[in-house]
Amino acid sequence: MRFLMLCYAVLISFAALGTAIVSAVTAYPQPLAGPQKTPLLGNASRGAYLYEAKCGACHSLDSNRIGPKYRGVFGRKSATVPGFHYTAALKKLNVVWNRQTLDRWLQKPTAMAPGTAMGYRLTVPQERADVIAYLKQQSPQR
Amino acid sequence: MIEANGSKSRRSILSGSAAALSTAGMLALLNTSARAASTPAKSGNAAQDAQLLNAALSLEYEGIAAYQIGAESKLLTPGVLKVAVTFQGHHKQHRDDLIGAIRRLGGTPANTKSIPDYAKELDTASLKDQADVLRLALKLERGATNAYLGLIPSLDQSDLYVLAARTAADESFHAAVLGQVLGEAIPQKAPMFG
Repeated sequence: MRFLMLCYAVLISFAALGTAIVSAVTAYPQPLAGPQKTPLLGNASRGAYLYEAKCGACHSLDSNRIGPKYRGVFGRKSATVPGFHYTAALKKLNVVWNRQTLDRWLQKPTAMAPGTAMGYRLTVPQERADVIAYLKQQSPQR
Repeated sequence: MIEANGSKSRRSILSGSAAALSTAGMLALLNTSARAASTPAKSGNAAQDAQLLNAALSLEYEGIAAYQIGAESKLLTPGVLKVAVTFQGHHKQHRDDLIGAIRRLGGTPANTKSIPDYAKELDTASLKDQADVLRLALKLERGATNAYLGLIPSLDQSDLYVLAARTAADESFHAAVLGQVLGEAIPQKAPMFG
């Protein structure tokens, strides 16, 4: 009887340990909804894939399409790509594109420039960091 | 005779339902309709929504042009050409839906560009065979699916969520077919878009 009780206690302990492990795993930091004070370090290779999959519908590196071309965006003043017709919202924005400004822009363009035509949001901070790293890589002079 | 009786019966049900609506209910319905009709003119968010839909409309214009260029390239077999023309027809329907929505919001629909402009922007001169054309189409359809899904949280008016979501579904259908024709492996991980 005592042996059975011991076995039961061991089983309960394992179950509790399992629950604790599951809790610890699920409590792993999730993507933050708010802007990052210190942008995450990005991976340009992952960013290249994400750029094609998530931005490629409207943007190309070397062509103005639905959105302006992106090569050289890092360090460039907003709304200054020749030949692209910007909305009034972008013309008013007046920022230089860098890690911080691109992070804010990609997170919620309509908050940064109300009236913009860009509605797509990159909500996962690491994905934004990766895309920004890729765009920086494609801006060789910066 | 059966049909006539059925029609009469449906009319009875409808007239009965109308009679059952209270005066207050009718007023509430009228008020809702009036508010919906006046929203675009009053709301700044309607102007923002119209702007966002105009970007989507530009995407559809580009898709229509891409399929036109593909169809005229003489690179497609008759069977593939037929599918391409069907898909282009879907994009024309999306275009018309978006134009209607933009106008309802009080906005002005964007204009399309010329086919040579699209050809230059998409670098279609580099397309050498059917697989190249299909890969370009797949890239645009996948991108469009993500674009529509990513647009939804930025839209203010909830009826537009449905428009964006159902258009995204069409684009993902196109992408699935194109991927299959190109022999691409089925993605092992979900979600595949968004």
